[in-house]
Amino acid sequence: MNRAERIRSAIESAIEPDSLEVTDESHLHAGHAGAQPGGETHYEVTVVSSRFSGQSRVARQRSVYALLGNEFSSGLHALSVRALTPEEVS
Amino acid sequence: MSDNPVNERIKTDIAQNDVMLFMKGTPVFPQCGFSAAVVQILNHVGVKFGSADVLVDPEIRDGIKAFTNWPTVPQLYVKGEFVGGCDIIREMFEAGELEQMFDEKGVAREAA
Repeated sequence: MNRAERIRSAIESAIEPDSLEVTDESHLHAGHAGAQPGGETHYEVTVVSSRFSGQSRVARQRSVYALLGNEFSSGLHALSVRALTPEEVS
Repeated sequence: MSDNPVNERIKTDIAQNDVMLFMKGTPVFPQCGFSAAVVQILNHVGVKFGSADVLVDPEIRDGIKAFTNWPTVPQLYVKGEFVGGCDIIREMFEAGELEQMFDEKGVAREAA
């Protein structure tokens, strides 16, 4: 699995989201701090789940980050997170 | 962890600056797009802020991630409380909640 697939799989198995998008944006950061020749450094995640109801923005993002400790320790540099409830999307 | 010197430095920074940004680069020369975005927003809403450049200080770079339990930089603290990173600051700004938070916490804002 590449990193995007691992991110997707970690979030899906833990959160069972209503919807999940994982986008590799590493190419947008080529040559910047944190970029690596093989890419796989910068990602954007949009995850929709009713579990986020009543949670602060920090708590939501922290719960997503917490699933991805292995990725952060193996070269993941930046992960933009949009963590929304179904009500916030509609 | 209270005797950890890096944590003590972070606590001092946070205590001495109502608005404290841990970032890559400096407010004048940000070295990362995410840090640059937060600086731009803070300047736009007109708050004064302290900053620490984690790129010149590896101890703080690792230390702030552990201190906040947050794996990425930038990180914004307001009145001693962690507010978020770039995504959260941007979302709050776009929703008009950022200015509201500064006003509620009694942080002075000057017209941009």
